[in-house]
Amino acid sequence: MQKVYSQIIQIAGDVITVEADDIGYKELAEVTTDKGSSLAQVIRLDSGKVSLQVLAGSRGVSTNDKVRFLKHPIQVSCSENLLGRIFTGGGDPRDNGPSLTDNMINIGGPSVNPSKRIVPKNMIRTGLPMIDIFNSLVESQKLPIFSIAGEPYNELLARIAMQAEVDMIILGGMGLKYDDYLFFRDTLEQHGSLSKSILFVHTASDPTVECLLVPDMCLAVAEQFALEGKRVLVLLTDMTNFADALKEIAITMEQIPSNRGYPGDLYSQLASRYEKAVDFEGAGSITLLAVTTMPGDDVTHPVPDNTGYITEGQFYLRGGRIEPFGSLSRLKQQVNDTTRADHRTIMDRMIQLFADYRETLEKRSMGFQMSDWDGKLLRYGKRFEEELMDLAVNIPLEQALDLGWSILADCFEPAETGIKDSLVKEFWPKEATAS
Amino acid sequence: MAKSAQRLGTVVGVNGNMVAVEFKEKVMQNEVAFVIVGEETLKAEVIRVKGNRADLQVFEDTSGVKIGNRVEFTNQLLSVELAPGLLGQIFDGLQNPLPQLAEQHGFFLKRGAYLYPLDKEKKWEFTPKVSVGDKLRAGDTIGIVKENMFDHRIMAPFDLQGEAEVKKIASAGQYTIVEVMAQLKTDNGKTLDQTMVQTWPVKIPIKAYTQKLKPVEPLVTKLRLIDTLCPVSIGGTFCTPGPFGAGKTVLQHLLSRHAEVDVVIVAACGERAGEVVEILEEFPELIDPKTNRSLMERTIIICNTSSMPVAARESSVYTAVTLAEYYRQMGLNVLLLADSTSRWAQAMREMSGRLEEIPGEEAFPAYLESRIASFYERAGLIQLRDGTQGSVTIGGAVSPAGGNFEEPVTQATLKVVGGFLGLSAARANARKYPSIDPLESWSKYTSFIDAEKIRLAVGMLQKSNSVGQMMKVVGEEGTSTAEFIDYLKGDFFDSVYLQQNAFDKTDEASPADRQKHVFGIVHEILVQEFDFEDKAKARRFFQELRQNFINWNSSAWGSDEFSSAEKQIREKMEASKLATV
Repeated sequence: MQKVYSQIIQIAGDVITVEADDIGYKELAEVTTDKGSSLAQVIRLDSGKVSLQVLAGSRGVSTNDKVRFLKHPIQVSCSENLLGRIFTGGGDPRDNGPSLTDNMINIGGPSVNPSKRIVPKNMIRTGLPMIDIFNSLVESQKLPIFSIAGEPYNELLARIAMQAEVDMIILGGMGLKYDDYLFFRDTLEQHGSLSKSILFVHTASDPTVECLLVPDMCLAVAEQFALEGKRVLVLLTDMTNFADALKEIAITMEQIPSNRGYPGDLYSQLASRYEKAVDFEGAGSITLLAVTTMPGDDVTHPVPDNTGYITEGQFYLRGGRIEPFGSLSRLKQQVNDTTRADHRTIMDRMIQLFADYRETLEKRSMGFQMSDWDGKLLRYGKRFEEELMDLAVNIPLEQALDLGWSILADCFEPAETGIKDSLVKEFWPKEATAS
Repeated sequence: MAKSAQRLGTVVGVNGNMVAVEFKEKVMQNEVAFVIVGEETLKAEVIRVKGNRADLQVFEDTSGVKIGNRVEFTNQLLSVELAPGLLGQIFDGLQNPLPQLAEQHGFFLKRGAYLYPLDKEKKWEFTPKVSVGDKLRAGDTIGIVKENMFDHRIMAPFDLQGEAEVKKIASAGQYTIVEVMAQLKTDNGKTLDQTMVQTWPVKIPIKAYTQKLKPVEPLVTKLRLIDTLCPVSIGGTFCTPGPFGAGKTVLQHLLSRHAEVDVVIVAACGERAGEVVEILEEFPELIDPKTNRSLMERTIIICNTSSMPVAARESSVYTAVTLAEYYRQMGLNVLLLADSTSRWAQAMREMSGRLEEIPGEEAFPAYLESRIASFYERAGLIQLRDGTQGSVTIGGAVSPAGGNFEEPVTQATLKVVGGFLGLSAARANARKYPSIDPLESWSKYTSFIDAEKIRLAVGMLQKSNSVGQMMKVVGEEGTSTAEFIDYLKGDFFDSVYLQQNAFDKTDEASPADRQKHVFGIVHEILVQEFDFEDKAKARRFFQELRQNFINWNSSAWGSDEFSSAEKQIREKMEASKLATV
């Protein structure tokens, strides 16, 4: 019934061109070669010529291979059956399970009407004090984790996946090392979190085009579950690989590059993904955390720079810890006034004291004499780093606040902390061993 | 339009949101066309013609568009509808009312769904201002209706050439916007049925005025740093560039809340949707002290956020400025805040790339500068034919890549604006609000505060800054007491006057009279000679003075608390004089 075309007139990069009629823009086709078959997507129409991006790459495609158009755009199955499963960027099973075809939905759907959005008001607890106390994550927030190669950003994501209080996790891997993929799979499995997770993973050796599909697949599925009332947390790693894949395809398509080779629409491309984070009134929500590695630790690189303009704050991961300075959750004040009376005070004062500690460290390294006060700060800073900043710490917010008070009480007199008397009276530990 | 009269075309190519169309008769540059895809009709604009092929930018996602799809040309430029009922509304970049779209289509923006921007059923109280036989020119008032707190003028067509005679005029009463209010007969004998609605192409400035005047009168923003150091004039232009996290959007929100103008138009162009939601939730609750009505009643929001179609983002700033010009024609002062013009420039860059035009710097099109210039030139103070004045003031946020002001959009903007309010990440990180850099920013307009005194204050700020830099190297002990006092004075001026506490109801917005009064005293302190025994004493004096000022700043203007705080400060100053004698 469907017409099959068997004359490919051009192959450049992963893009092939055939002559065909009645083809819709962004429609999907199946390319069958000697070695198997792959999906391909229409990315340009010019008179009778149809250019397609081959998802599995064009290697091994010959000019007389068969192209069959499927009359629909890229779709993904979306149902409860996806839970606990792992797929490729193209939506095929990666875990030896059956492939799914029920309830196929289009990816990359329309954006939410801004007048239907609501001001977010629910906190997502992660068990990490550096997030919960100092930069609370808020439902429907979109936040990048700025980091550099070699930092344990995937460990951090895995930890958040296991600890975050949400209904389900969708994890998208782009350009992941195979080891990292196994790490995610095994960690989630061991902690029993896999059953509430869906993974779309593109590894570094998979075709580039599939890398581009990962965020759209994740977010399309997330959107469906959110509309059904689920609170979904989407974790993406690494968006810089996604941007690099965009760059690769754009250059192949002979688009004029704008900044360091990236296409001019990088901002819009990133924004259309990040803006999928939303709180549906009367239904669920999508919250988005995305690792963005900064080439050369340079925040002005086009990928982190454009990301910063889109997202609602950022976390910096440095030296294996979430850095308190520079990290910012722009939405935290929406939620941290209703958690506990001392939350904001602890947040402000502990960070200011920690800033003083950093100054003291600097003074010490320059050989200045250390005063009593410096000694107190050094003791405080060390405990702060070990007991609150370490990524292995997993305690609920209330316990973390209590821990904050006990660190303060062990290091300082109440008056030295600059905390107002009413709070000191209520929260200062009674058996403090202040020196 | 009758089917027979309609010009048609056929799709012959698709590349992203650009569609190539083959046509038979004629097309007009920038004409609106609709691409018919099954049940959906996608709005598009002609942006290039070559032979019998026209390139259209489509204001929607183009998935599923096929070779051979039908295209209908409308013979109209991309236009907006101008009539009573615009205030308080939320539109997308093509003037579709977003809340009404949401009512019909739910959470998501449905492709190809367009709605008439205004309420055609609502009745307005019309009062005629002309009689039969009167001669009118373009933009002359035919009558007025009451829209919120304004007299909304119903005007003769802005593109009317020569004079027109009033043949019929509706009597006072209740009418909808689509009813004919007047019948006009033009010089060349044509008869016009004038309703309350005018349709105007967004990319063409409205020019129905007698002359453009030089902007001189300060626009009070109630932000001391702006009003004193880098003032904005009514009818002027300014830009607020800054890296991410420097507080551009917060600044724009505060300007939209506190600026002393009649109408505010907020163009959220390619930025976060969440920020618009904050305005939507806040503004209906906030009361404008001048009119005692909700802020929403003087505000129009044009909202084409980052994930909405990019071509509509390009048109959104034009939609916004056209609405601004419309209210200006009624003798009102309008403030247009565009956040962010960089996203608008990027939208131009995307289209230029698809058209395969030869790129300029950073792949922006060569016409970037002239487009930015002609946009800002639509601002201005104008005199209408009846002698009244109206104005459009434009403030554009700029988001420079990497926070580097050397990039093309910032530079092109700086060439044409009258005020540069550069936001600094360092100030923002130090929680100094507003985070405008007082030493780098400039303005060509004049403040309501004496220029000589301002020059002195800025001089002190510069001196303080250089002493501060020096102290980083040689330490406090390496500076003389006199230098150290200058350092403290500059720091004092910055922290008690230039900075404002955005969380304090009173300090958040400082009216002009108060600014003049407070600046007077600050100036006295800056010029006073001090003679302190040592640096510690000097520091303590200024710390205490600062505490006094902070309390003073948060006491209401004219209250007892205000006068007693002022008295304390005066006494402190006197005491310091006595001590040195």
